[in-house]
Amino acid sequence: MSTEILSVSDLTVSFDGFKAVDNLNLFVEKDELRCVIGPNGAGKTTLLDMICGKTKPSGGSIKFKGEELTKSTEYKITRAGVGRKFQTPSVYEDLSVWENLELSYPKKRDIFGSLFFKTTDEIKQRVNQVAADMYLKDELDTKAGTLSHGQKQWLEIGMLLMQEPELLLLDEPVAGMSARERDLTAELLNRISKGRSIILIEHDMEFVRKIAHRVTVLHQGKVLSEGSMDQVQNDPKVIETYLGL
Amino acid sequence: MSSAKFTAKSTGLWEFVNRYAMVILAVLLLAVIPLSLGIFRLGLAAKYLSFGFCAVGIVLIWGYGGILSLGQGVFFGLGSYMMAMFLKLEAASNADSSSSTALSAFFGQAGLPDFMSWNSVEKLPWWWEPFHHIWFTIPAIVILPAALAFVLAYANFRKRVGPVYFSIITLALSGIMAIMIIGQQGYTGGINGITDFKTFLGIDLDLDNAKVVMYYVTAGLLLLSVFIGRFILKSRLGKVLVAIRDREDRVRFSGYDPAMFKAFIFAVAAVFSSIGGAMFTMQVGLASPSLVGIVPSIEMVIYAAVGGRLSLVGAVYGTLVVSYAKTFFSENFVQYWLYFIGALFVIVVMFLPGGLASLMDKFRSGKKQVENLKSPVGKKLESETQ
Repeated sequence: MSTEILSVSDLTVSFDGFKAVDNLNLFVEKDELRCVIGPNGAGKTTLLDMICGKTKPSGGSIKFKGEELTKSTEYKITRAGVGRKFQTPSVYEDLSVWENLELSYPKKRDIFGSLFFKTTDEIKQRVNQVAADMYLKDELDTKAGTLSHGQKQWLEIGMLLMQEPELLLLDEPVAGMSARERDLTAELLNRISKGRSIILIEHDMEFVRKIAHRVTVLHQGKVLSEGSMDQVQNDPKVIETYLGL
Repeated sequence: MSSAKFTAKSTGLWEFVNRYAMVILAVLLLAVIPLSLGIFRLGLAAKYLSFGFCAVGIVLIWGYGGILSLGQGVFFGLGSYMMAMFLKLEAASNADSSSSTALSAFFGQAGLPDFMSWNSVEKLPWWWEPFHHIWFTIPAIVILPAALAFVLAYANFRKRVGPVYFSIITLALSGIMAIMIIGQQGYTGGINGITDFKTFLGIDLDLDNAKVVMYYVTAGLLLLSVFIGRFILKSRLGKVLVAIRDREDRVRFSGYDPAMFKAFIFAVAAVFSSIGGAMFTMQVGLASPSLVGIVPSIEMVIYAAVGGRLSLVGAVYGTLVVSYAKTFFSENFVQYWLYFIGALFVIVVMFLPGGLASLMDKFRSGKKQVENLKSPVGKKLESETQ
């Protein structure tokens, strides 16, 4: 079991007495693409928030490569190799696509490192490569704020790739995308999941079927079911929760 | 078409002004102003330029860092008072330099600043002692405000104090500083400030030559500040600042510590202000609590706003324009001049939020709207930082 990259155990958080996540256990292996689904308010986004340090849990532990994350802060967790994509695209709108990507290059992130930062050929290559992967090759000089919604989503994924995270947390990356953009994104995710683990939150079952290795169903802050897409879909507990039978 | 030719030509002009903004400023400060003004007016310009340091710093922290500081007077005051302490001790140790020092020498308190004698302070406070030495004073003018600003800002931003609350904190700080200086009359000179010193390392500061030299030092240091500011904004750190200004929460997930960056730029602005304060004191011969309080701190923000809060060069022009306007209004409309300054601020904020510097962008974008739609942001940022 040494292939686990992330182990979440007995994780609990309550907001004013309401337990958004309740004694949750989740293990993600290396190179795994895990989808987390569940009805609204199941605690999916809260779970990601706690892994990346945005929300502090009230109890339990999150271990990333054996390191405890619950006491750390966001930027340290990021530097440790966890990348987070938010539900609404969050890119730096006043910077160009190029600058957004370059800023995400995971070195020299302290004061003096960034003051005397030089864009080397290697970095240029990386930025160009990622931009090409994200279908943004022609938009390098465009201000990120003027990109379309789907392009912003891609740019944010691209920024994460620049960071070279070992664990990628994606919160509804295809929300608001057109059918064509969804297909391209599915292909994209399949491509970038090589060599890293991904936790993905998604509502679109067709999309999940296309990419997921394993699926975890959350309900009221707890794991309801876990397994392959077929297993999960035929689980009576899941059917009950989703269809209210 | 002649009109097309004209457009191309004037676009070229604005492009030129834009590209060489720094050079144009240098020519203005180092050649045009000193050669065209008499010694009195030159002194006035030097005084105004001392405030330009604060405005340049405010562009960095407010325009790019998103931190509106209403307390730059604190750092201006620190530099100003530290320089005044040095000059005062020099004056006090040289009994011939003024009648009042001769008087305190007569009463057996040689070496003690005159205002201390008047306030029955009989021994020089320990924290005045190091300011006997120039090798202590000059580094202190740089390091002390930087350390204070960094600690203050980092402590606040680490706890994620919001921008509005931080503005209020800086505002309170400048109020406290002025009250403290006025209250501790025996150690600070109180409401009168510290004055009556004439020499710096034995050089008579009233000589015309000394004044010209001091003007050039001020102008040179100010250009250096603008240059350093440009270097910072063009570096990756500058991009991180813009990112923090627009989306601070996201920056943490790019692996940066926003508190550290904000504290750093705040400290840089504090050093600029402090240097400005020191140059002010040398040239005007005064350190006064009326220059550290809330009103001067807000005036400094007005300089930056009028000049354009995204333009380092604009901040210098803004300082000069507002300062000359202030002098003009206060000479001609003694009772109402503050209203005019207020009106100027309101007009700029309402009709020209980018300040004077954005006038130029307006000309340019009017001429080449189509190109601008596709213009690289990097280029635009570059033009803004000049």
